Amino acid sequence: MKLPQFEYAMPSTIEEAIALLAAHRGEARPIAGGQSLIPILAFRLAGPSLLVDLRKLPGLDRISISREGVTLGAKVRWCDIEAHRQLGAAHPLLAAAVACVAHYQVRNRGTVGGSLAHADPAAELPGIAMTCDAEIAITGPAGSRTMKAVDFFLAPLMTALAPDELIVELRLPPWPGARRWAFEEFARQRGAFALAGIALFYDEQNGVANNAHIGVIGASSRLHRLAAAEAALNGRTVNDDVIVEVAGESAREVDPVDELDVSADYRRALVRALVQRGLQAASTRARDT
Amino acid sequence: MQIVFTVNGKSVQVDVEPRLTLADCLRHKLGLTGTHVGCEQGVCGACTVILNGSAVRGCLVLAVQAEGADVRTVEGLSDGTTLSPLQAAFRKHHALQCGFCTPGMLMTAQALLETEPDADEARIREVISDNLCRCTGYLDIVEAIVEARAAYQDSRDERAG
Repeated sequence: MKLPQFEYAMPSTIEEAIALLAAHRGEARPIAGGQSLIPILAFRLAGPSLLVDLRKLPGLDRISISREGVTLGAKVRWCDIEAHRQLGAAHPLLAAAVACVAHYQVRNRGTVGGSLAHADPAAELPGIAMTCDAEIAITGPAGSRTMKAVDFFLAPLMTALAPDELIVELRLPPWPGARRWAFEEFARQRGAFALAGIALFYDEQNGVANNAHIGVIGASSRLHRLAAAEAALNGRTVNDDVIVEVAGESAREVDPVDELDVSADYRRALVRALVQRGLQAASTRARDT
Repeated sequence: MQIVFTVNGKSVQVDVEPRLTLADCLRHKLGLTGTHVGCEQGVCGACTVILNGSAVRGCLVLAVQAEGADVRTVEGLSDGTTLSPLQAAFRKHHALQCGFCTPGMLMTAQALLETEPDADEARIREVISDNLCRCTGYLDIVEAIVEARAAYQDSRDERAG
C-alpha cells in the first residue's frame, strides 16, 4: 500500500531532533534507514504525523572496539558491521548474527538503532543485546541514560524508549578471545525472519563451562534467556551427553508461539535442534588461545 | 517539498510529498518506469535502484531521503542502444521471461559486480535471493551474472593499471 501522509523534518543536531520529537507528543517517529519503519507505514500499522530523519545527525555512525567492549553507534548499518575488519575477531557472535540479518539491499540501509527500537522478537540484534547483557545508551529531553537490554525490551515491538528519546549506541561488554559461542537460526527462506534462533556462549575453566548465556529469538513472542538450560550447562564438561541434556532443557523451558502454520511443538523441536547444533559447534571450534 | 538529486548522471528537481517513495518518484514524477514496483513492502526486490553506489529497495526509501543523492536506474545501464555487459549477458542467456523482476535483478547485480567483481556463484546466488523471480528458476540469471563478471573485472584492472 502507499504510505499514509506525514510531515518530514531533517534536523542537523541531536538536540533539535529531540525537541521535534518532544513537541509532537508521541505523534512523531524518528527514521534512519527506514527498513522496518517504512513497511510498517505501508501496512498502516503506524501513522505518525511527523518523521524526523536522523541522517544529518553527526557522530552516530561509529564502531569502536576497546577494552570496554564493542560499541555500535545507532546509525551503524548492517553493511558497515559486515565490512569492518576487526569486528569478526572482537565479537564473533555479533558478526555471525549480523550475517543472518535480512537481505543485501536491506543490509545497505538498515541500522543498529532502528533494529533495537523496532524490537521485533525475531530480529537478530535485540537477541544479541539480550544474550550478551548489553547496554543501550539513550538520550532525551531530560539528558542521557543507559538501560540494560533486559529492561529495554518490554514486549513484541515495544521498548522502554520514550517517544521523545533517541538511541545513541549499543554497548556490548568485553568478549574474551577464548570464549565458546554459537549463533544458529532457522528460516524458511534465506534472509527471512527466523522461526527460531539461538545465540549462546560460555567460558571454560579447567575444562568445565561457566558463565553460560543462552538467548532465544523468533521462537517466542518475547526475547528471553533460558536460565534453566544455562544452569544445566554451568559447571559441566561439555560432551555429547551434556549437549543433549542442555538442548532438552532448552526445549522444555522456551515459551514458544503457537501459530497455524508453525506450531509451538515444532518451535520447541527447532530450539532443541539449534541449541544442540550450537553447542556442538561451540565446543569443537578451533580457538586462537 | 522541493528536492534535488541526480538520476543517471542528470540533476533533477522535483516537488514531492514526504510520503512518496523513491520508486514512485522515479516512475510518476520523472517518467522512469523501468523501475518496477511489486510488493511495496520491501520483499520482492523489483524496485531495486542504486543509491550512492549501493543497491537499495526503492520502495523502502522516501524520495525526500534521496535529496542530494546519486541515483541510478535501469534506464542508465545501456549506452544508447548498446547494451551493458550485464544486459547483453541477460539477453544471451535468456535470463528473463516476463521481465517484471528484471530491472531489479539488473540493478542488484550491477551494484554487486561494481563492488565485488570477484563474487563467486555462491555469493551471486545469496545476493539475488532477495529478488523474487517467478518465471526463470534463477539458473539463467545466475549464468548471465557469472558471465558478465569478466567485464567488471577488466574495467577494475584497467582502472588499477
